[in-house]
Amino acid sequence: MSEVEDRVRKIVVEHLNVEADKVTEKASFIDDLGADSLDQVELVMAFEEEFSVEIPDDAAETIQTFGDAVSFLKKATA
Amino acid sequence: MFDLSGKRALVTGASGGIGGAIAKALAAQGAEVALSGTRVDKLEKVAGEISGKTHVLPCNLSDLAQVDELVPQAVEAMQGLDILVNNAGMTRDNIFMRMKDEEWDEVLAVNLTAAFHLSRAVLRTMMKQKFGRIIGISSVVGVVGNAGQGNYAATKAGLIGMSKALAQEVASRNITVNTIAPGFIASAMTDELNEKQRDAIMNQIPAARLGTAEEVAACAVFLASDAAAYVTGHTLNVNGGMVMI
Ligand SMILES: NC(=O)c1ccc[n+]([C@@H]2O[C@H](COP(=O)([O-])OP(=O)(O)OC[C@H]3O[C@@H](n4cnc5c(N)ncnc54)[C@H](OP(=O)(O)O)[C@@H]3O)[C@@H](O)[C@H]2O)c1
Repeated sequence: MSEVEDRVRKIVVEHLNVEADKVTEKASFIDDLGADSLDQVELVMAFEEEFSVEIPDDAAETIQTFGDAVSFLKKATA
Repeated sequence: MFDLSGKRALVTGASGGIGGAIAKALAAQGAEVALSGTRVDKLEKVAGEISGKTHVLPCNLSDLAQVDELVPQAVEAMQGLDILVNNAGMTRDNIFMRMKDEEWDEVLAVNLTAAFHLSRAVLRTMMKQKFGRIIGISSVVGVVGNAGQGNYAATKAGLIGMSKALAQEVASRNITVNTIAPGFIASAMTDELNEKQRDAIMNQIPAARLGTAEEVAACAVFLASDAAAYVTGHTLNVNGGMVMI
Protein backbone atom coordinates (compact mmCIF):
# COMPACT_ATOMS: atom_id res chain seq x y z
CA MET A 1 0.00 0.00 0.00
CA SER A 2 1.32 3.41 -0.94
CA GLU A 3 1.91 6.21 1.49
CA VAL A 4 -0.61 8.46 -0.29
CA GLU A 5 -3.22 5.74 0.03
CA ASP A 6 -2.63 5.48 3.76
CA ARG A 7 -2.92 9.19 4.32
CA VAL A 8 -6.09 9.48 2.24
CA ARG A 9 -7.66 6.49 4.00
CA LYS A 10 -6.90 7.98 7.39
CA ILE A 11 -8.68 11.21 6.46
CA VAL A 12 -11.70 9.35 5.08
CA VAL A 13 -11.97 7.14 8.15
CA GLU A 14 -11.76 10.12 10.48
CA HIS A 15 -14.18 12.35 8.59
CA LEU A 16 -16.82 9.81 7.72
CA ASN A 17 -16.52 7.59 10.78
CA VAL A 18 -16.23 4.40 8.77
CA GLU A 19 -14.18 1.20 9.18
CA ALA A 20 -10.85 1.31 7.34
CA ASP A 21 -11.61 -1.94 5.48
CA LYS A 22 -14.73 -0.37 3.92
CA VAL A 23 -12.52 2.24 2.25
CA THR A 24 -11.69 0.29 -0.89
CA GLU A 25 -10.54 1.53 -4.25
CA LYS A 26 -14.07 1.51 -5.75
CA ALA A 27 -15.84 2.79 -2.64
CA SER A 28 -17.92 5.85 -3.47
CA PHE A 29 -17.92 8.47 -0.73
CA ILE A 30 -21.60 9.18 -1.17
CA ASP A 31 -23.04 5.82 -2.20
CA ASP A 32 -20.90 3.47 -0.11
CA LEU A 33 -19.44 5.50 2.73
CA GLY A 34 -22.45 7.56 3.77
CA ALA A 35 -21.10 10.99 2.89
CA ASP A 36 -23.42 13.85 1.99
CA SER A 37 -22.41 16.60 -0.40
CA LEU A 38 -21.09 18.78 2.42
CA ASP A 39 -18.97 15.89 3.73
CA GLN A 40 -17.52 15.61 0.27
CA VAL A 41 -16.55 19.29 0.30
CA GLU A 42 -14.97 18.79 3.70
CA LEU A 43 -13.02 15.76 2.50
CA VAL A 44 -11.62 17.79 -0.38
CA MET A 45 -10.66 20.56 2.06
CA ALA A 46 -8.93 17.99 4.26
CA PHE A 47 -7.06 16.53 1.28
CA GLU A 48 -5.93 20.01 0.28
CA GLU A 49 -4.58 20.62 3.73
CA GLU A 50 -2.91 17.24 4.17
CA PHE A 51 -1.20 17.35 0.78
CA SER A 52 -0.72 21.14 0.51
CA VAL A 53 -2.41 21.24 -2.90
CA GLU A 54 -5.27 23.24 -4.34
CA ILE A 55 -8.13 21.22 -5.72
CA PRO A 56 -10.29 23.40 -7.97
CA ASP A 57 -14.07 22.84 -7.97
CA ASP A 58 -14.20 21.11 -11.34
CA ALA A 59 -11.49 18.67 -10.28
CA ALA A 60 -13.19 18.12 -6.94
CA GLU A 61 -16.32 17.03 -8.77
CA THR A 62 -14.42 14.18 -10.42
CA ILE A 63 -13.32 12.79 -7.06
CA GLN A 64 -16.17 10.42 -6.31
CA THR A 65 -14.41 7.34 -4.95
CA PHE A 66 -11.46 6.58 -2.70
CA GLY A 67 -9.57 5.44 -5.80
CA ASP A 68 -10.32 8.76 -7.55
CA ALA A 69 -8.91 10.66 -4.60
CA VAL A 70 -5.76 8.57 -4.39
CA SER A 71 -4.97 8.83 -8.08
CA PHE A 72 -5.70 12.57 -8.15
CA LEU A 73 -3.46 13.22 -5.17
CA LYS A 74 -0.70 10.98 -6.46
CA LYS A 75 -0.63 12.98 -9.68
CA ALA A 76 -0.94 16.32 -7.90
CA THR A 77 1.94 15.62 -5.56
CA ALA A 78 4.16 13.79 -8.03
CA MET B 1 -23.64 35.71 28.84
CA PHE B 2 -23.21 36.83 25.21
CA ASP B 3 -19.44 36.97 25.68
CA LEU B 4 -17.63 37.22 22.35
CA SER B 5 -14.02 37.33 23.44
CA GLY B 6 -11.73 35.58 21.00
CA LYS B 7 -14.33 35.86 18.24
CA ARG B 8 -13.57 37.66 14.99
CA ALA B 9 -16.28 39.55 13.13
CA LEU B 10 -16.68 41.20 9.74
CA VAL B 11 -19.40 43.83 9.52
CA THR B 12 -20.35 45.36 6.18
CA GLY B 13 -21.88 48.83 6.15
CA ALA B 14 -20.02 49.57 9.37
CA SER B 15 -19.81 53.21 8.25
CA GLY B 16 -23.59 53.47 8.58
CA GLY B 17 -25.91 53.93 11.53
CA ILE B 18 -26.91 50.33 12.21
CA GLY B 19 -23.62 48.75 11.06
CA GLY B 20 -21.60 51.09 13.26
CA ALA B 21 -23.75 50.20 16.24
CA ILE B 22 -23.39 46.48 15.49
CA ALA B 23 -19.60 46.76 15.23
CA LYS B 24 -19.42 48.61 18.53
CA ALA B 25 -21.74 46.18 20.27
CA LEU B 26 -19.80 43.13 19.08
CA ALA B 27 -16.55 44.79 20.15
CA ALA B 28 -18.04 45.65 23.55
CA GLN B 29 -18.56 41.90 24.08
CA GLY B 30 -14.91 41.29 23.29
CA ALA B 31 -14.92 40.52 19.57
CA GLU B 32 -12.20 41.68 17.21
CA VAL B 33 -13.97 43.53 14.40
CA ALA B 34 -13.26 44.23 10.74
CA LEU B 35 -15.22 47.24 9.52
CA SER B 36 -16.18 47.50 5.87
CA GLY B 37 -17.82 50.17 3.75
CA THR B 38 -16.82 52.68 1.11
CA ARG B 39 -16.44 55.83 3.25
CA VAL B 40 -13.04 55.30 4.84
CA ASP B 41 -13.29 58.41 7.05
CA LYS B 42 -16.50 57.10 8.62
CA LEU B 43 -15.00 53.65 9.09
CA GLU B 44 -11.96 55.17 10.79
CA LYS B 45 -14.25 57.17 13.03
CA VAL B 46 -16.15 54.07 14.16
CA ALA B 47 -12.86 52.23 14.65
CA GLY B 48 -11.66 55.13 16.81
CA GLU B 49 -14.66 54.72 19.07
CA ILE B 50 -13.86 51.05 19.71
CA SER B 51 -11.24 50.22 22.32
CA GLY B 52 -10.66 46.64 21.16
CA LYS B 53 -8.90 45.41 18.05
CA THR B 54 -10.32 46.73 14.77
CA HIS B 55 -9.44 46.62 11.08
CA VAL B 56 -10.71 48.99 8.40
CA LEU B 57 -11.34 47.13 5.14
CA PRO B 58 -12.79 49.41 2.45
CA CYS B 59 -14.85 47.62 -0.19
CA ASN B 60 -17.40 48.68 -2.76
CA LEU B 61 -19.97 45.92 -2.72
CA SER B 62 -21.27 46.75 -6.17
CA ASP B 63 -17.94 45.56 -7.57
CA LEU B 64 -17.73 41.77 -7.31
CA ALA B 65 -13.97 41.75 -7.79
CA GLN B 66 -13.68 43.81 -4.60
CA VAL B 67 -16.33 41.73 -2.84
CA ASP B 68 -14.38 38.55 -3.46
CA GLU B 69 -11.29 40.04 -1.86
CA LEU B 70 -13.01 41.14 1.32
CA VAL B 71 -13.29 37.83 3.16
CA PRO B 72 -9.71 36.73 2.40
CA GLN B 73 -8.53 40.15 3.66
CA ALA B 74 -10.54 39.79 6.86
CA VAL B 75 -9.37 36.23 7.44
CA GLU B 76 -5.78 37.27 6.95
CA ALA B 77 -6.07 40.30 9.21
CA MET B 78 -7.73 38.37 12.04
CA GLN B 79 -6.37 34.85 11.41
CA GLY B 80 -9.89 33.53 10.99
CA LEU B 81 -13.48 34.67 10.94
CA ASP B 82 -16.30 33.63 13.25
CA ILE B 83 -19.05 36.16 12.61
CA LEU B 84 -20.20 37.70 9.33
CA VAL B 85 -22.78 40.47 9.44
CA ASN B 86 -24.21 41.31 6.03
CA ASN B 87 -25.56 44.70 6.98
CA ALA B 88 -24.72 47.00 4.07
CA GLY B 89 -27.76 48.04 2.12
CA MET B 90 -29.04 50.71 -0.18
CA THR B 91 -32.30 51.91 -1.69
CA ARG B 92 -33.21 53.20 -5.14
CA ASP B 93 -36.93 53.67 -4.69
CA ASN B 94 -39.36 53.89 -7.56
CA ILE B 95 -42.79 52.58 -8.40
CA PHE B 96 -42.72 49.46 -10.51
CA MET B 97 -43.92 51.11 -13.67
CA ARG B 98 -41.09 53.60 -13.54
CA MET B 99 -38.33 51.42 -12.17
CA LYS B 100 -35.25 51.34 -14.35
CA ASP B 101 -33.22 48.21 -14.93
CA GLU B 102 -30.25 49.96 -13.36
CA GLU B 103 -32.20 50.72 -10.20
CA TRP B 104 -33.17 47.09 -9.92
CA ASP B 105 -29.70 45.75 -10.71
CA GLU B 106 -27.80 48.09 -8.42
CA VAL B 107 -29.92 47.31 -5.37
CA LEU B 108 -29.85 43.58 -6.09
CA ALA B 109 -26.07 43.65 -6.45
CA VAL B 110 -25.31 45.44 -3.19
CA ASN B 111 -28.06 44.06 -0.96
CA LEU B 112 -28.26 40.46 -2.14
CA THR B 113 -25.54 39.33 -4.53
CA ALA B 114 -22.76 40.73 -2.34
CA ALA B 115 -24.28 38.99 0.68
CA PHE B 116 -24.33 35.72 -1.28
CA HIS B 117 -20.68 36.09 -2.29
CA LEU B 118 -19.53 36.97 1.22
CA SER B 119 -21.54 34.18 2.83
CA ARG B 120 -20.17 31.64 0.37
CA ALA B 121 -16.66 32.90 0.97
CA VAL B 122 -16.78 32.53 4.76
CA LEU B 123 -18.08 28.96 4.71
CA ARG B 124 -14.72 27.35 4.12
CA THR B 125 -13.18 29.01 7.15
CA MET B 126 -16.25 28.44 9.28
CA MET B 127 -16.53 24.76 8.32
CA LYS B 128 -12.91 24.20 9.26
CA GLN B 129 -13.44 25.94 12.58
CA LYS B 130 -16.69 24.08 13.10
CA PHE B 131 -18.12 27.37 14.25
CA GLY B 132 -19.74 30.25 12.47
CA ARG B 133 -22.41 32.90 12.70
CA ILE B 134 -23.85 34.54 9.59
CA ILE B 135 -26.29 37.35 10.22
CA GLY B 136 -28.15 39.24 7.49
CA ILE B 137 -29.82 42.57 8.08
CA SER B 138 -33.14 42.28 6.29
CA SER B 139 -36.08 44.63 6.84
CA VAL B 140 -39.74 44.65 7.75
CA VAL B 141 -40.17 45.64 4.12
CA GLY B 142 -38.85 42.23 3.07
CA VAL B 143 -41.52 40.60 5.19
CA VAL B 144 -44.59 42.64 4.29
CA GLY B 145 -43.54 44.61 1.18
CA ASN B 146 -43.72 48.34 0.59
CA ALA B 147 -45.05 50.31 -2.35
CA GLY B 148 -42.24 51.99 -4.24
CA GLN B 149 -39.59 49.58 -2.99
CA GLY B 150 -39.99 46.54 -5.23
CA ASN B 151 -36.25 46.17 -5.70
CA TYR B 152 -35.39 46.73 -2.05
CA ALA B 153 -38.17 44.44 -0.82
CA ALA B 154 -37.00 41.70 -3.19
CA THR B 155 -33.49 41.83 -1.74
CA LYS B 156 -34.67 41.89 1.85
CA ALA B 157 -37.01 38.94 1.32
CA GLY B 158 -34.24 37.31 -0.69
CA LEU B 159 -31.87 37.53 2.25
CA ILE B 160 -34.39 35.70 4.40
CA GLY B 161 -34.88 32.87 1.91
CA MET B 162 -31.19 32.59 1.22
CA SER B 163 -30.40 32.43 4.92
CA LYS B 164 -32.96 29.69 5.54
CA ALA B 165 -31.56 27.57 2.74
CA LEU B 166 -27.98 28.04 3.90
CA ALA B 167 -28.98 27.45 7.51
CA GLN B 168 -30.21 23.99 6.53
CA GLU B 169 -27.03 23.18 4.66
CA VAL B 170 -24.61 24.02 7.44
CA ALA B 171 -26.52 23.52 10.69
CA SER B 172 -24.68 20.24 11.38
CA ARG B 173 -21.38 22.13 11.26
CA ASN B 174 -22.23 24.45 14.11
CA ILE B 175 -22.81 27.36 11.78
CA THR B 176 -25.99 29.33 12.26
CA VAL B 177 -27.52 31.64 9.68
CA ASN B 178 -30.14 34.15 10.77
CA THR B 179 -31.63 37.44 9.74
CA ILE B 180 -32.76 40.51 11.63
CA ALA B 181 -35.67 42.46 10.19
CA PRO B 182 -35.68 45.98 11.63
CA GLY B 183 -38.72 48.19 11.35
CA PHE B 184 -38.27 51.97 11.42
CA ILE B 185 -34.92 52.72 13.01
CA ALA B 186 -33.82 56.26 13.74
CA SER B 187 -31.14 57.17 11.20
CA ALA B 188 -29.97 59.94 8.94
CA MET B 189 -32.74 58.85 6.61
CA THR B 190 -35.54 59.07 9.17
CA ASP B 191 -34.19 62.41 10.43
CA GLU B 192 -35.21 63.87 7.10
CA LEU B 193 -38.88 62.91 7.40
CA ASN B 194 -41.33 65.77 7.88
CA GLU B 195 -43.85 65.81 10.72
CA LYS B 196 -46.67 64.43 8.62
CA GLN B 197 -44.59 61.47 7.43
CA ARG B 198 -43.44 60.92 10.99
CA ASP B 199 -47.03 60.84 12.31
CA ALA B 200 -48.05 58.40 9.60
CA ILE B 201 -45.24 56.08 10.65
CA MET B 202 -45.96 56.38 14.36
CA ASN B 203 -49.54 55.34 13.78
CA GLN B 204 -48.31 51.98 12.54
CA ILE B 205 -46.00 51.33 15.48
CA PRO B 206 -47.55 50.12 18.75
CA ALA B 207 -44.41 51.15 20.63
CA ALA B 208 -45.07 54.68 19.29
CA ARG B 209 -41.43 55.47 18.65
CA LEU B 210 -38.64 54.69 16.23
CA GLY B 211 -36.21 51.99 17.17
CA THR B 212 -32.54 52.67 17.78
CA ALA B 213 -29.53 51.21 16.03
CA GLU B 214 -28.41 49.88 19.42
CA GLU B 215 -31.62 47.88 19.71
CA VAL B 216 -30.82 46.19 16.40
CA ALA B 217 -27.21 45.68 17.46
CA ALA B 218 -28.29 43.94 20.65
CA CYS B 219 -30.05 41.31 18.55
CA ALA B 220 -26.93 40.82 16.47
CA VAL B 221 -24.91 40.27 19.64
CA PHE B 222 -27.38 37.63 20.78
CA LEU B 223 -27.39 35.81 17.45
CA ALA B 224 -23.58 35.91 17.32
CA SER B 225 -23.17 34.51 20.82
CA ASP B 226 -22.90 30.93 22.01
CA ALA B 227 -26.25 31.47 23.71
CA ALA B 228 -27.95 31.42 20.31
CA ALA B 229 -26.32 28.17 19.16
CA TYR B 230 -29.71 26.49 18.65
CA VAL B 231 -31.29 29.42 16.79
CA THR B 232 -30.89 29.10 13.05
CA GLY B 233 -32.86 30.03 9.95
CA HIS B 234 -34.71 32.54 12.08
CA THR B 235 -35.81 36.08 11.33
CA LEU B 236 -35.80 38.32 14.36
CA ASN B 237 -38.32 41.14 13.92
CA VAL B 238 -37.21 44.31 15.67
CA ASN B 239 -40.02 46.71 14.92
CA GLY B 240 -41.78 47.91 18.05
CA GLY B 241 -44.73 45.67 17.29
CA MET B 242 -45.35 47.09 13.83
CA VAL B 243 -45.65 43.61 12.33
CA MET B 244 -46.10 40.53 14.48
CA ILE B 245 -45.41 37.25 12.74
N1 LIG C 1 -32.72 52.48 9.13
C1 LIG C 1 -33.79 51.72 9.02
O1 LIG C 1 -34.88 52.13 9.39
C2 LIG C 1 -33.68 50.33 8.48
C3 LIG C 1 -34.81 49.52 8.55
C4 LIG C 1 -34.73 48.21 8.08
C5 LIG C 1 -33.55 47.73 7.54
N2 LIG C 1 -32.47 48.54 7.46
C6 LIG C 1 -31.25 47.97 6.89
O2 LIG C 1 -30.18 48.10 7.78
C7 LIG C 1 -28.97 48.18 7.07
C8 LIG C 1 -28.17 49.39 7.55
O3 LIG C 1 -28.94 50.54 7.31
P1 LIG C 1 -28.68 51.95 8.02
O4 LIG C 1 -29.97 52.43 8.49
O5 LIG C 1 -27.56 51.85 8.95
O6 LIG C 1 -28.31 52.82 6.72
P2 LIG C 1 -27.01 53.68 6.37
O7 LIG C 1 -26.60 54.48 7.55
O8 LIG C 1 -27.34 54.37 5.10
O9 LIG C 1 -25.92 52.57 6.12
C9 LIG C 1 -25.83 51.83 4.94
C10 LIG C 1 -24.49 51.17 4.92
O10 LIG C 1 -24.39 50.37 3.75
C11 LIG C 1 -23.16 50.64 3.12
N3 LIG C 1 -23.23 50.53 1.68
C12 LIG C 1 -24.20 50.99 0.83
N4 LIG C 1 -23.86 50.77 -0.44
C13 LIG C 1 -22.63 50.17 -0.42
C14 LIG C 1 -21.73 49.70 -1.42
N5 LIG C 1 -22.00 49.79 -2.73
N6 LIG C 1 -20.58 49.15 -1.01
C15 LIG C 1 -20.26 49.04 0.28
N7 LIG C 1 -21.07 49.46 1.28
C16 LIG C 1 -22.24 50.03 0.93
C17 LIG C 1 -22.82 52.06 3.48
O11 LIG C 1 -21.42 52.23 3.41
P3 LIG C 1 -20.73 53.55 2.79
O12 LIG C 1 -21.63 54.69 3.12
O13 LIG C 1 -19.41 53.61 3.43
O14 LIG C 1 -20.67 53.30 1.31
C18 LIG C 1 -23.36 52.19 4.88
O15 LIG C 1 -22.39 51.84 5.81
C19 LIG C 1 -29.34 48.25 5.59
O16 LIG C 1 -29.21 46.96 5.02
C20 LIG C 1 -30.78 48.65 5.64
O17 LIG C 1 -31.47 48.20 4.50
C21 LIG C 1 -32.50 49.83 7.92
